[in-house]
Amino acid sequence: MGEKNTALIAEDIHKRFGDNEVLKGISLAAKQEDVISIIGSSGSGKSTFLRCLNFLEVPDSGCVIIGGEEVTVRQDRHGKPVIGDMRQIEKIRSQIGMVFQGFNLWSHMTVLENVMEGPLHVLKQNKTEVCDRAKALLDKVGIADKFSAYPSELSGGQQQRVAIARALCMEPKVLLFDEPTSALDPELVGEVLKVMRKLAKEGCTMIVVTHEMGFAREVSNQVLFLHDGRVEEQNTPAELFDNPKSERCRGFLKMIL
Amino acid sequence: MKFDVMKESFPQLIGGVPETLLLVIFSLCIGFILAVIFAQLRLSKNRFWSWFAGSYIYIFRSTPLLVQIYLIYYGSGQFRIFLQELGLWTFFREAWFCAIMALSLNTGAYTAEIIRGGIQSVSWGEIEAGKAIGMKPLTLFRRIIFPVAIRQALPGYGNEIILIVKSSSLASTITILEITGIAKKIIAATYAPIEVFIIAGSLYLVMNFIVTRIIEFTEHKLNPQFYR
Repeated sequence: MGEKNTALIAEDIHKRFGDNEVLKGISLAAKQEDVISIIGSSGSGKSTFLRCLNFLEVPDSGCVIIGGEEVTVRQDRHGKPVIGDMRQIEKIRSQIGMVFQGFNLWSHMTVLENVMEGPLHVLKQNKTEVCDRAKALLDKVGIADKFSAYPSELSGGQQQRVAIARALCMEPKVLLFDEPTSALDPELVGEVLKVMRKLAKEGCTMIVVTHEMGFAREVSNQVLFLHDGRVEEQNTPAELFDNPKSERCRGFLKMIL
Repeated sequence: MKFDVMKESFPQLIGGVPETLLLVIFSLCIGFILAVIFAQLRLSKNRFWSWFAGSYIYIFRSTPLLVQIYLIYYGSGQFRIFLQELGLWTFFREAWFCAIMALSLNTGAYTAEIIRGGIQSVSWGEIEAGKAIGMKPLTLFRRIIFPVAIRQALPGYGNEIILIVKSSSLASTITILEITGIAKKIIAATYAPIEVFIIAGSLYLVMNFIVTRIIEFTEHKLNPQFYR
């Protein structure tokens, strides 16, 4: 097996909100087909870090490299971090899919329109092609019979699966999941995780912030345990879950498992 | 009741309907464009533009439309030479132009606030989803923010349309012969205010009935999920 290409690298990401330093230098490297889970207690900076990867949150310092292209941050005259080249960020965002905790489907569009929106109006692709692809993806996530439904007519689990299809339809290099099952009723968590497992098996590169330890353990090939804005422990799931090195990681796992 | 006056004045008053409709349609179109622009400015992070839009909205919402019409129509006469130099006097000389200008600026101010409310009601998550997929700011506004905002704002905007249909009657005070203007003319000749105003009033009633239907239809069309 040849060396897999790097999909995404984040180096030494720092972020503070006011006096509160949320990220104190986090790095991560994802090769193609990697599934990386990020775990940690709330307030550890998991979600903020994920949002820094597609610049929904602009990191104070550090750099992100996606598909060989490096994004650096610059500071405005008040020392606040700003995006230097908006065009570049827009291009990069179109190559990174993101699935949110709250689904964030567009409420005025049908399921099919939601999935087709990005490819049509960001990538400017051909409509019939996009339509076929969108339908195939919705079929894949198990929403084939609800093309013309509106988000408000779907259950949380269905909405999240549509959101996954929406992200996939952009044919992204990396998929980011920000606690995708945290807003779901317990009985709906399974259907979303099932779809995510399927994607992992097919070789999607995924970075997942999650509280689903079962998923992190079985599906990912790398787990990061974040504590207080730093990577406290990073290892294969087998090692990290069965033989945690740090005291805090052991405490965290004991508390939730 | 002088039924013969009613019968005779009816076709004459109907003759004023196109004039009223033109006033309303022109003012609503211009006002809507103004409103979208001023709503954006109002929400702008730039303090000056936000203040500028805020002042415009404050002034036009807080003074009577009749005063605005008078100020533009009679007031412009005082600046005649100045306006002539700018080549604008040909416009300000026309009562029509002044009426549409006043109505547009007035509805623009109200509608700007309606649209601002709509824009601010768009959930942050939906905007973020647009950003995350790589949308440019203009695409984001055109495809996500504006369509959601307009759905939110439609009931309030329906109110505004009805108000403008009725407010167009004030144009009669500056010589325009729309429905109310014609009504006043007939009354001056017949001394039958009740008969004539009943007809004139019913015409507004019918117009606004149609307006409410159109708004309702649009609401159903834009939000099919709520009416299944």
